[in-house]
Amino acid sequence: MTHLHDEKIKFLEEKAVAIRATIIEGLVEAKSGHTAGPLGMADIFTAFYFHILKHNPEDPMWEERDRVILSNGHICPVLYATMAHSGYFPVEEMKTLRKFGSRLQGHPHREYLPMLETSSGPLGQGLSQAVGMALVDRLNDGLSSDRYIYCFLGDGELNEGQVWEAIMLAGKERLHNLIAIVDRNNIQIDGFTEDVMPLEPLVQKWEAFGWHVLEIDGHNMEAINDAVNEGKAIFEKPTVIIAHTIPGKGVEAFQRDYKWHGNPPNKDQGANALAELRTLGGQIVSEHE
Amino acid sequence: MNIPLNPKLFDTDVEQAPIRAGFGEGLLVAARADERVVGLCCDLTESTKMDAFAKEFPKRFFEMGIMEQSMASVASGMAAMGKVPFISSYAMFSPGRNWEQIRTTICYNDRPVKIVGSHAGISVGPDGGTHQAVEDIAITRVIPNMVVIAPCDTIEAKKATIAMAKTTTPTYLRLAREKTPIVTTEDTPFEIGKAQIFYRPQGTVRVGIIACGALVHNALLAARELENDGIGAMVMNIATIKPLDRDAIVALAKECGAIVTVEEHQVAGGLGSAVAEVLATTHPTRMAFVGVHDKFGQSGKPEELLKHYGMDKEGIKYAVKMLLG
Repeated sequence: MTHLHDEKIKFLEEKAVAIRATIIEGLVEAKSGHTAGPLGMADIFTAFYFHILKHNPEDPMWEERDRVILSNGHICPVLYATMAHSGYFPVEEMKTLRKFGSRLQGHPHREYLPMLETSSGPLGQGLSQAVGMALVDRLNDGLSSDRYIYCFLGDGELNEGQVWEAIMLAGKERLHNLIAIVDRNNIQIDGFTEDVMPLEPLVQKWEAFGWHVLEIDGHNMEAINDAVNEGKAIFEKPTVIIAHTIPGKGVEAFQRDYKWHGNPPNKDQGANALAELRTLGGQIVSEHE
Repeated sequence: MNIPLNPKLFDTDVEQAPIRAGFGEGLLVAARADERVVGLCCDLTESTKMDAFAKEFPKRFFEMGIMEQSMASVASGMAAMGKVPFISSYAMFSPGRNWEQIRTTICYNDRPVKIVGSHAGISVGPDGGTHQAVEDIAITRVIPNMVVIAPCDTIEAKKATIAMAKTTTPTYLRLAREKTPIVTTEDTPFEIGKAQIFYRPQGTVRVGIIACGALVHNALLAARELENDGIGAMVMNIATIKPLDRDAIVALAKECGAIVTVEEHQVAGGLGSAVAEVLATTHPTRMAFVGVHDKFGQSGKPEELLKHYGMDKEGIKYAVKMLLG
């Protein structure tokens, strides 16, 4: 994808704010679900769906589309909200999140929302599926060389042994058409990742398995875009982008606190969060207040 | 209608071949006919009989190393891109170790991945209990969308492999290691979901024996000896454990009045349980269950183990006589 000009960056940043608001509205309505991860990944999802990805919301099953595998399915509110803002389904539908009969299941389920590339929730299984997709694309002798397979993972998820199986396999197969993005937000349900099960030195671990590794600020649109471009330019290896993010990003009260990993805001907390987002942290003062 | 079976079926020198060999042959046929067919294996390519496929289609074969969990999910990703992946390992490890990957990434996603579990049952023999999968039917048939097939011999395994390559459903194929008697012929019909009567005695029928896998042969031997003892026993081969041929089972129960199931598997959750679920809700019938009764396997020769756990010909006859009183 092309480089970002200032106007596009501004557009993306505003879009990310709107997506964060939709996430909060959905979670308040659902009364359960995960808050920190979806807010932390909102910038990256916005950059992907509004700039990086080759996709067509009007034709979700378009054969040549890039593939997005969400491995840490519990952050699906950010996937749903971003897809809705992209035009896959009405933004209003976010209010059905986690409710009976909704297409927006608590963890993604293809049977309910067939435009998803996979179902997920149980951790550690997405990268293996992405490897399978990348292997098949390469089997087609470059016919789809313009298509990339993206896999989003959480950092706590890297505790799962299966992830390292997939990392080993992708390294063996030198899958240049595979780009993994790790949400390095340092929290998991029981606490900080380095207390629960240390991951560091994370860069060296991926490198040792044959990956090209990039570290970025996951809230910087230019950095996100540049990293994906660099990943596409690397031909001999798969690429992993370790995106340092702030869990709960955008709402002061939720930021960096692992207690917000698996809990939703209540009505008041949600209203405060929406006010903070819509005033861009108090920078904009509404004349009605 | 009489189903054509091997004429040497009851002879002591009946031809023998491993059930897994039929899978290897069937996979070649399926792969030649359909380029969507790909194969993945976890460091057991010769053992699971995927080697001929790997040799003929090296680009369509993926050596996964010893990672059964990833293999299941990689195959799901391949199926999402239009392939029909066959994944093979020992049944203990796939669908044993990777059960949740199969549930979530294959069945929950409803992807046409074909799971091939070789070396199932206690007749793996000397390797001992760690390698003797006697729970695999239970853990696969309980997952929605899954089809479960346990062929009775190498010929039926070949037909099952060719048939399952053409379906869009996740499917588990259960194979065995040892050479076992060839029961069917090339002309024996095979259809996923259809049970078949393999033996019908002269005169009055008092019991129906429903069997799957290599033990179908023992069931046939038992039925013939029971007939000589004056007990008429029909034998049904039920290769497809899910979806079950409910009509055929109910018809058999109505005709026989008593049912004995035979499987190289735990009696809890396997073929016998599946048959009992059907009969309990349609035509309650006295039943007995031949299989492993809540025990792990152990080292030994296959015939020693089958005798010890009561799954040989004598064990089946005993179960029938106890049931009929």
